[in-house]
Amino acid sequence: MNDETMTYEYKVVRQFAIMTIVWGIVGMAVGVLIASQMAWPVMNFDTPWLSFGRLRPLHTNAVVFAFGGSALFACSYYVVQRTCHTRLFAPKLAAFTFWGWMAVIVSAVVTLPLGYTSSKEYAELEWPIDILITLVWVSFAVVFFGTIAKRRVKHIYVANWFFGSFILTVAILHLVNSAAIPVSWFKSYSAYAGVQDAMVQWWYGHNAVGFFLTAGFLGIMYYFLPKQAERPVYSYRLSVVHFWALAFTYIWAGPHHLHYTALPDWTQSLGMVFSLILLAPSWGGMINGIMTLSGAWEKLRSDPILKFMIVSVSFYGMATFEGPMMAIKTVNALSHYTDWTIGHVHSGALGWVAFISIGAMYYLIPRLFGTEIYSKKLIETHFWIATIGIVLYITSMWISGVMQGLMWRAINADGTLTYSFVESVQAMHPFYIVRFLGGLMFLIGMLIMAYNVFKTVAKGKPVEAVIPAPAAEH
Amino acid sequence: MSDFNSEFWSWFINIIVVGGIVWLIYLLRVNSKGTLPPSGEAEATGHVWDEDLQELNTPLPRWWLVMFYITIVYGIAYLIIYPGMGTFKGLLGWTSVGEYEAEVAAADATYGPLYEKFQKQDIAVLAGDDNAMKTGERLYVNYCSVCHGSDARGARGFPNLRDNDWLYGDEPENIKASIMYGRTGIMPAWQASLGDEGVAQVADYVMQLSGRSVNEAEAKLGKEKYAMFCAGCHMPEGTGNQALGAPDLTNNTWLYGGSPAMIKQTIADGRTGRMPAHNEFLGEAKVHILAAYIYSLSHESD
Repeated sequence: MNDETMTYEYKVVRQFAIMTIVWGIVGMAVGVLIASQMAWPVMNFDTPWLSFGRLRPLHTNAVVFAFGGSALFACSYYVVQRTCHTRLFAPKLAAFTFWGWMAVIVSAVVTLPLGYTSSKEYAELEWPIDILITLVWVSFAVVFFGTIAKRRVKHIYVANWFFGSFILTVAILHLVNSAAIPVSWFKSYSAYAGVQDAMVQWWYGHNAVGFFLTAGFLGIMYYFLPKQAERPVYSYRLSVVHFWALAFTYIWAGPHHLHYTALPDWTQSLGMVFSLILLAPSWGGMINGIMTLSGAWEKLRSDPILKFMIVSVSFYGMATFEGPMMAIKTVNALSHYTDWTIGHVHSGALGWVAFISIGAMYYLIPRLFGTEIYSKKLIETHFWIATIGIVLYITSMWISGVMQGLMWRAINADGTLTYSFVESVQAMHPFYIVRFLGGLMFLIGMLIMAYNVFKTVAKGKPVEAVIPAPAAEH
Repeated sequence: MSDFNSEFWSWFINIIVVGGIVWLIYLLRVNSKGTLPPSGEAEATGHVWDEDLQELNTPLPRWWLVMFYITIVYGIAYLIIYPGMGTFKGLLGWTSVGEYEAEVAAADATYGPLYEKFQKQDIAVLAGDDNAMKTGERLYVNYCSVCHGSDARGARGFPNLRDNDWLYGDEPENIKASIMYGRTGIMPAWQASLGDEGVAQVADYVMQLSGRSVNEAEAKLGKEKYAMFCAGCHMPEGTGNQALGAPDLTNNTWLYGGSPAMIKQTIADGRTGRMPAHNEFLGEAKVHILAAYIYSLSHESD
């Protein structure tokens, strides 16, 4: 055996891990800027490429696909190697996924502010970039499933089920939803029209949440939380049930984004019913995460990384309770088109996705560079400032959203609307400022993390980790 | 039925839905056996990964299982009562269109008499009725202010409604007609016919019409062209024609801006102003009140 087969392939993991933090800061900084534009429109500086309409898709793409995507690549490449006791399959292809994914992100950073967009939410990138995404994703699948295929343990660890379903489903979602007819290098039209287009879009949109932002990050949770807690996963059986139930049910939930629209009633009903049934499968993941810590609760007091992870899973539970409630038609009639939706998304995005990624990165980076974290105290500071930031963000959006919904439906004795639209906008102003402050605090937390990670990397050096022999079955 | 082009797709949906729900129940039943050993901690499955990663085989939490079954039962009941299973319309026969129509009918029954009472009154009289004008203001703020402004003083391309200067006439019935059926004000583009010089000359003449000092020689040349191209709509003296919505050019009201550059642009490229029709959307009774409210804005001293 030579070195190649005796050590893990960590280079690509290190690259994606570092870029997770870089893109996190970029994406969240853009988020803070556009949040300030909502409160103070002058912040668009009368410049088209700094205006809300162009930067909003940049924000969503940067946090979901650049920050979240890099975290998923880093963690899945790390976890699949370590739980299969084998070196990554096709490391050169893995290197291509890194450079390819970075090229996708840089293209997004250039084209979106210039106004090039397919106008499909969370799939705004134009067709040449879509093709590059497809190439990177197929390579990702080859590397991941290739590594699974040459594993040296019989059983496939639960984290890999989730990573696998995430990779497969995102491939299908991307291919179907981004199908388009190009008219030039920078312009294409969707292959679908009208309500079918809307349905395909939200089938994609909600499953981007379900499989990119949920299944993928559950994969992260299932490895890093038990590792950090040094406890066995709470229930294998629960993971089997909630995995299959989640995978089946999520695919149906998209129509709840189109309640009370031209979408046929039967489609809306199915979307609502399966969104409700989705509550239990989602909570299965939360229970498995939180209960893994049972018997070791005292660790929460001293371990800030574990704090990130447990709070993350708690936000996951909260957001996946809120989601099914908002999918109920009568609730949706109030919440739809209001800031409530924005609050809901961010309790998932900041609370769940970002927190589990941050926890995983604090676990991962010292191990990739063969050293201890530079400052545990700074992790603690990061945790508190980010947590307060999230709370400010989501509570302000809840209040603002419910208020908006109620103002829009308030009626006078003569049947006229009580408030004009602009009055509801005016009423939201203070909450927009609070939201901006919450987002700013979250960003400051990321900057503290960047400093801490920089100091950690500076005192360590890249590790060549030896692959341990698999434990014997017992 | 119109959502499906054949029964096949209805069955397609139903088989997946029923199959999926049956499968979820099966998944739960197969995995819900077993109880915790007396020790209180379940045994590990025996699989070990990455040195120390293990799994316990704790039974499914009872409360969670019950919650899962409740959502499934709710789902099945919902799909029996409401439309969801392909072409099956549900026991209630509920439709979103039906619910909307029922709500509109209920609102008409509640508020209808009030508006009927107002509709019977003359617009000029209604303009003096405080109650009606409060309703009118609320309607205005919701349906008109986006273009004409919260203060009704308009914006570029959107007429000021307080200046008592009317494109289509100042009679209450003219105002009502504008709101009911909408208006399309078209100024053709003259660049091709007039050329740069011609446009500049006509602009000078138009400014002279409203008493501004301009290059006399240019304006004189412009006057000849005005007679040929513009007088048909704006009339020989420039006083406009309310039947066509052609603005009076002798006053100082400029719908698209009164600077020399804007006037030249209007002549060269033309303009299209569109007031949308509100008859279908609001109904005549509300339009009647709105017309009275708009009328009152420029007759407040009356």
